[in-house]
Amino acid sequence: MNTDRPIRLQTENVGVFYGSKDAVRNVNVSFRSNTVNALIGPSGCGKTTFLRAINRMHELTPNTRVTGKIMLDGQDVYGSDVDPVDVRRRIGMVFQKPNPFPTMSIYDNVVAGLRLAGEKSKVKLDETVERSLRGAALWDEVKDRLKAVGSSLSGGQQQRLCIARALAVEPEILLMDEPTSALDPQSTQRIEDLMESLKQQTTIIIVTHNMQQASRVSDTTSFFLIGDLVEHGATEAVFQTPKDERTEAYITGRFG
Amino acid sequence: MKATIPQPRRGSGSRADARFQAVIVALASIVLVTALAYSVVLLLNGASAFGREGLGFVFGSNWDPANGHFQAFPFIAGTFFTAIGALVIAVPLALAASLFIAEYAPDWLANPVAYLIELLAAIPSVVYGLWGIFVLIPATLPFQKWLASSLGWSAPIGPGLFSAMLLLAVMIIPFIAAISRDVIKLVPNDQREAAFALGATKWEVIRYAVLPYARAGILGGVILGLGRAIGETLAVTMVIGNANRFPQNLLSPTATMSSIIASNFGEASSPEFVSSLIGIGFVLLVVALVVNFLARIVIARLTPQGTV
Repeated sequence: MNTDRPIRLQTENVGVFYGSKDAVRNVNVSFRSNTVNALIGPSGCGKTTFLRAINRMHELTPNTRVTGKIMLDGQDVYGSDVDPVDVRRRIGMVFQKPNPFPTMSIYDNVVAGLRLAGEKSKVKLDETVERSLRGAALWDEVKDRLKAVGSSLSGGQQQRLCIARALAVEPEILLMDEPTSALDPQSTQRIEDLMESLKQQTTIIIVTHNMQQASRVSDTTSFFLIGDLVEHGATEAVFQTPKDERTEAYITGRFG
Repeated sequence: MKATIPQPRRGSGSRADARFQAVIVALASIVLVTALAYSVVLLLNGASAFGREGLGFVFGSNWDPANGHFQAFPFIAGTFFTAIGALVIAVPLALAASLFIAEYAPDWLANPVAYLIELLAAIPSVVYGLWGIFVLIPATLPFQKWLASSLGWSAPIGPGLFSAMLLLAVMIIPFIAAISRDVIKLVPNDQREAAFALGATKWEVIRYAVLPYARAGILGGVILGLGRAIGETLAVTMVIGNANRFPQNLLSPTATMSSIIASNFGEASSPEFVSSLIGIGFVLLVVALVVNFLARIVIARLTPQGTV
């Protein structure tokens, strides 16, 4: 684990409730700057629920409540003086299913977040489109057809477009919710390759079902089980010398 | 090894199939033949009106049955004015209602409101007409008078172009609102989340993600409303004033294609008069077909291509 890097995000006793049911309990974890952090665990373990608590996406679902603190650079994103819109600008998100805006061009998709933030300068928008698409390793494939609609791309390209769209606003954290589960192996490979370069510019927290993926791409791994964070540590350590026997059972494939 | 694929049963089964197909084709043909037949009948019976007046039937404004002049442009214009005016009033209101129901209101409020709006669509148009005469016109007459006096128009009598637009707007709101609500609800949640995750506010999510995605369907609802507004007869006849001339201003009495047919058919004494009314019916049919055809093209172009 790159212990020399500063802590970017730290959670204190985070819990998430759907109505009266607690889906996630007492999560205390920290993620360092410019690292890739994997959240793993069987279906329904709360890893996606926890991920969505980080950028306050749960507020869109009625009867959902988040407790505890999530400190981004020392400031609680749930603080009373913090605007959730602002939080979501600083913490980007890529979803399980590629979801480009189907009526917008590739160009407009990439700058959507910037336009929402009020950016109007054509020069700045053009720059951002190229930088973000290069960042998402999509520039060479689409530079000649930036005016084409985003949904004309293949699934893997659409997901990289969504990554570019998230990168365009230069997020401090990039949340990825099983970003390759809807993609073919080749597209998955490209996105995994991409993560190594993405962490130069941001901090990634990725939910994945795929343990090989977690071990390939991440610096740290957090293992969730039935709403509890069972184990968190350097990926190598978690996979090779897990401290908890439940972690060992999961990564050796005895359940999940 | 020989594959054992179950064969479709021959004999009585396939004969029954053939009979069923014949019945279906026959029933479907009846619909087609009927549609074709009444287009032809309208054209044939209206043909003499076109023959007498030529293009003047559609572009001329002299409608004077007593002296045998039948030029229908004022009514064609009346249909367009009332329909477009109704859309201008109805679309923003219907869209606002559908957004409220689909995006803002909690379920306990959204469901009854949606039900009430749909109920409006079930009211017979003669009832709308009565409501127009006894409620809408008296209620808006002070505004009409104020408008006329401030713009220097002749004093309004109540029934007229404006009253027809307003009543039609009320009548088509339920159609547009119900369809818009349905298509807005069909916008995938991941589209909303995509916008939220970029830091969009609720209104920005609607503007950037929801409305663009739903635009083709909303337009479909608007076209349905337009079709209804173009064809609506009874309620319009009751509040438009039935003056056989081009309206002088927004408030003056005039007529539409459908209202002139409805209000004159009983008294149409001469064959020329009858054929002119049927000719208007034919024009109305053509207008309705063209509107539908254009709508299909526009909707197809606006429909978002599928994402993965």
